[in-house]
Amino acid sequence: MSSQKALYQEVILDHNRKPRNYGKLEEASHHAKGHNPLCGDQITLDVRIDEDRIAAIAFEGEACAICKASASMMTGVVKGKRIDEAEVLVDEFRRMATGQLDPEKETHHLGRLTVFSGIAGLPTRVKCAVLPWHTLHSAVTTGTSVSTEAGPDAL
Amino acid sequence: MAIASAPLDIARIRADFPILARTVHGKPLVYLDNAASAQMPACVIERVARYQREEHANVHRGVHTLSHEATTAYEDARETVRSFLNIPTLRETIFTRGTTEAMNLVAHSFGRTFMQAGDIVLLSAMEHHANIVPWQLLREERGIEIRVIPMDDRGVLDLEAYERLLEGPVKLVGVAHVSNALGTINPVAEMTRMAHARGIPVLVDGAQAVPHLAVDVQALGCDFYAFSGHKLGGPTGSGALYGKASWLEQMRPYMGGGDMIVSVRFEETVFNDLPYRFEAGTPAIAPQIGLAEAIRYLRSVGLDRAAAHEHALLERATELVGALPGVRLIGTAPEKASVLSFVMRGVHPHDVGSLLDEEGIAVRVGHHCAQPVMERFGVPATIRASFAYYNTLEEVEALARGLRGVQEVFGL
Repeated sequence: MSSQKALYQEVILDHNRKPRNYGKLEEASHHAKGHNPLCGDQITLDVRIDEDRIAAIAFEGEACAICKASASMMTGVVKGKRIDEAEVLVDEFRRMATGQLDPEKETHHLGRLTVFSGIAGLPTRVKCAVLPWHTLHSAVTTGTSVSTEAGPDAL
Repeated sequence: MAIASAPLDIARIRADFPILARTVHGKPLVYLDNAASAQMPACVIERVARYQREEHANVHRGVHTLSHEATTAYEDARETVRSFLNIPTLRETIFTRGTTEAMNLVAHSFGRTFMQAGDIVLLSAMEHHANIVPWQLLREERGIEIRVIPMDDRGVLDLEAYERLLEGPVKLVGVAHVSNALGTINPVAEMTRMAHARGIPVLVDGAQAVPHLAVDVQALGCDFYAFSGHKLGGPTGSGALYGKASWLEQMRPYMGGGDMIVSVRFEETVFNDLPYRFEAGTPAIAPQIGLAEAIRYLRSVGLDRAAAHEHALLERATELVGALPGVRLIGTAPEKASVLSFVMRGVHPHDVGSLLDEEGIAVRVGHHCAQPVMERFGVPATIRASFAYYNTLEEVEALARGLRGVQEVFGL
């Protein structure tokens, strides 16, 4: 199977069809918007933080399957985590997606998020997968909007 | 059969385009992104290379042989562009680095010469960002107003609404000859007549029209016409603006610098004549010489025959893609050129473009620099296949098969 079709495996297509934690949070303490002007991916992220923990999280938006599945799985994984733990995942996911972390050879906390490891070989899709994580980082730190076109860094 | 109506020998034409022989991800390239940029025939590549190898120097300067030869080739290219669009004079044939620069030139120079607060620029609802943003910049500076000619659900402009909109203090109408996002051919000759009945000049964005239609600016009657060379097989950085001398002579220059002046003192500068007044600095010499070669090549193919073939490709693509489950065509005007824009239920355009690429098929996905069009049709993005005369019916079939394959990946 081609590298790209391998990426569109059932778990990703399932999250695309039935995204988890999709919608708005009534009592969000933090939120951010993420935008990829190249393809028009646009997501908004609502987060409720209680005592340094992500107590609740939801996303919505128009995005490709890779971005939507990435957001869906991200929200499932970070819910209940402390902010510093989530930030470790942001960093590890970003490094995996850009080929700087090989999940087969290095220790990490990504668990089932490694279904996205193939993205490193598809430079045009890296931003799609990373956008939700970039947006999460922004929501819990500055609470402002981010654009993947803002700088040379893929994050 | 007369030669003019003989069908194209596509295999022979394709042999003229080296890039069409390459593979992408191990598959033969199926290049259907011609509206973004067309591929270049070998004769253009060779012409640019020969210029750089044998003729290059700066133009309009120096008495040495190379400068003279470069100037001759550059000015010959201007004549080729002039005759291609049937522009009345060389003075009215301004070289620009493409359509965007030409549109900015008009917004800047015409706008700052003739427009004041409250004046209106009337734009169609299907304009490319290049005919929107320059006017917004002028709006910030001058307080002009932008009004929009609406379109219907097929992507056809509403000419009755246009007639009413012309009643305001409109100083210029700006309209795409062919929409890059929808493929609609707009009735620019009729729209120009309607505007001229009220003394209002018309700017036409010809970027998508010039590769597909025989354009005669005098028959259209418009006041300004802009196009890019790379959409018809010329190099990027080539292009031109036609402007009626009666306007150009009154307009303030766009950029200042060398070549656009007769004399410069710190107290006062005397500007050069047309067209040089609007060509500051060392121009894109090699690209414009390459553009002239691309025009010669297109003429040798025959624009009418090319257009007939492209029309057959578009019809077949419309039929095959339109028959796929869950496909919605965006832009169904009766008069269209080259562009098939659509969305597929259950698959985001970005996924479609990315999976097609793996089959060697190049299409554009996104908003096509026409976000107001996306908003009008309520979609975030579309998939756009756009055809050139070197494309084949087999490639159209490969597109349809590729799209079906994408749907299968998504379990549709």
